[in-house]
Amino acid sequence: MTAHDPALPARPNAATTYIYDAYDRAFVQERVAEFREQVQRRLAGELTEEEFRPFRLMNGLYLQLHAYMLRVAIPYGTLTARQMRQLAYIADRWDKGYGHFTTRQNLQYNWPLLVDTPDILAALAEVDMHAIQTSGNCIRNVTSDQFAGVAADEIEDPRPTAEFLRQWSSAHPEFSFLPRKFKIAVTGATHDRAAIKAHDIGLRIVRNGEGEIGYEVMVGGGLGRSPFIAKAIREFLPREDLLAHLEAILRVYNRFGRRDNKYKARIKILVHETGIDEIRTQVEREFAQMDRAPFSYDTQEFARVAGFFSDPPYEALPSFSVVLEKAQQENREFAGFVETNVSQHKKPGYAIVTISLKPIGGIPGDATSNQMRALADASEKFGFGELRVSHEQNIILPHVKQDDLYALWRVLGDAGLATANAGLITDIISCPGLDYCALATARSIPIAQEISRRFASLELQREIGKLGVKISGCINACGHHHVGAIGILGLEKKGEESYQITVGGDPTLKASIGQRLGPGLRADEVPEVIERLVQFYLSVRVDGETFIDTWRRLGHERFKELVRGEGEDGSDI
Amino acid sequence: MALISEGAFVADGWRRLADEEALPASGKVIVSLSRLEAALSGTDVDAPLGVIAPNTTDPEVLRPSLSRLSVIAIQFPAFADGRGFSLASLLRRAGYKGELRASGRLLADQYLHALGCGFDTVEIPDDLAQRHSEAQWRKALRMRSLNYQRGYSHGGSILERRRKGAS
Repeated sequence: MTAHDPALPARPNAATTYIYDAYDRAFVQERVAEFREQVQRRLAGELTEEEFRPFRLMNGLYLQLHAYMLRVAIPYGTLTARQMRQLAYIADRWDKGYGHFTTRQNLQYNWPLLVDTPDILAALAEVDMHAIQTSGNCIRNVTSDQFAGVAADEIEDPRPTAEFLRQWSSAHPEFSFLPRKFKIAVTGATHDRAAIKAHDIGLRIVRNGEGEIGYEVMVGGGLGRSPFIAKAIREFLPREDLLAHLEAILRVYNRFGRRDNKYKARIKILVHETGIDEIRTQVEREFAQMDRAPFSYDTQEFARVAGFFSDPPYEALPSFSVVLEKAQQENREFAGFVETNVSQHKKPGYAIVTISLKPIGGIPGDATSNQMRALADASEKFGFGELRVSHEQNIILPHVKQDDLYALWRVLGDAGLATANAGLITDIISCPGLDYCALATARSIPIAQEISRRFASLELQREIGKLGVKISGCINACGHHHVGAIGILGLEKKGEESYQITVGGDPTLKASIGQRLGPGLRADEVPEVIERLVQFYLSVRVDGETFIDTWRRLGHERFKELVRGEGEDGSDI
Repeated sequence: MALISEGAFVADGWRRLADEEALPASGKVIVSLSRLEAALSGTDVDAPLGVIAPNTTDPEVLRPSLSRLSVIAIQFPAFADGRGFSLASLLRRAGYKGELRASGRLLADQYLHALGCGFDTVEIPDDLAQRHSEAQWRKALRMRSLNYQRGYSHGGSILERRRKGAS
């Protein structure tokens, strides 16, 4: 029996996420047929590589250092068990038995062959998935809060909005050849888990004074070589105007965004160079002139989409689980897992479980096909067959009964998936770096692995507390180093890898960009400097302070002084 | 240049007038944007006239002459430069009813984008037309029977069809 055997239940969790209708399915199948044809024309020489490139990118296919890489979209980070099994099947059939979960709720296969990609896309379409617009200068996969729909601090589930935008942005006639890529993230919670201020457009679902739901719209955020925090362009946008307002922003960007230099082509540069007030004026002028009726948020359609994201059939449970309490008392290791990897659920007696893809010394975000199947099985056994993917490159089971946590932990342990480090120093975000990527200037994975080994002790990690380490292997910043409490950027200097450390980044609503600690370091110096930073923090922190709190209180200079003049070769670090 | 209309290579009844060429008394000519004003004042109000404009053109510049123009060709300096798509949408919104032509190295794979934004025809250089055959352009018309967007001129969005299906 294969993963996509029709005998398997079509959608074990049919009640909790969007299901394609015949139109959605036909749309994706048409895209597969179109790409199959484009690949044939490329192979026959009818399309040059330059002509083929944007279409291959729009279907998720990159040319990497050693091979092609296929990036599959996991819209708003939601997956069914059946979809996860299909991802495992694809990894086995056409790749090397594993996949890499990225910081934008995508999954990357590192070794597909060009000729196989149409078949892979067809296999994805079988389970209502695609790789549409995961690359290229178009509107990318819309991302969201991995705790959407189950978070205790939510105004509204952001996923219906994200699904609405997925549809609106797919194969858009006007906005498929933009100056540069365009990323949108949505959150519906008071705490931002989707890093919306690091996106071209960040949407926050808010309620106005009259109790109506709308959106705070932020524009011009982004990481890369010139990082910017998004700025507010509309404080309250009524729901019915969402698509029209986004059309207006995209039209202004498509017309006036720079095309002379790809490094200055993102909307963040347009906003920075033109000024947010002028951009707001231009967008509002366009918005006022357009016929908004065709874009008005169709309430019937929104209700249809939102209906898919209803609650699964939760049981009425007491908020306190005796079983859980007992297991925690009896097993310290399990108690540690609960402390770090389990979050509060909106329903009494339930919990949200973050499953770390950051084993000590492992490759951040990688999962083998066997692990994917174990995750799919666990989601069916313990949580309505639904899984989530986070921008921290972890997997989430969003609806686990507290009574089941111990049993789940045992199952995860057997699959090598019970690392109790969510949010801790070894829960490192890392891009693939020079081991895979053609853009990279330095390796990322070995740095992550070495830091992970240095801080392997869970006791020490818990003592340190929440601390985001984020590593990028080049200035394109796929590893989000700018918003890491500790950020590491790998560069190339005179043929050697050189790593620049930043401190003080924060991806949440308090968003800030990290500041440089000093000149570049050799790869082998990096873990030691990280240790020094952490030791300093431990020695000076006051009660309850996280690393970033301490950094904010003492100021950047204190951290800079710490490493200044201590390089082994006499140079500044 | 090859002109594509409704998925077929067709004869172009229009002639691109070089800037140094004198304006003919009659005949269907397309002038450059810089010459538009002179051409408008130098020809009869009912004489056929077309203009070719860069994709950076402010639609307001063309607004006063929209009713007078039978062809507006928008230049695509590179196929991946999508500014022409927005300019086409804006000209249609401004009420332009004549032929909108996308002129440049557009690929058949972009045909439906062009039609969706209000273009009628595509004009490509001959070397490209040799690799991208008429059959390819005809096929491109059928490549996408479904689209999610409303407010663009390609037929039947998924949303409209869903509504019909539901009622």
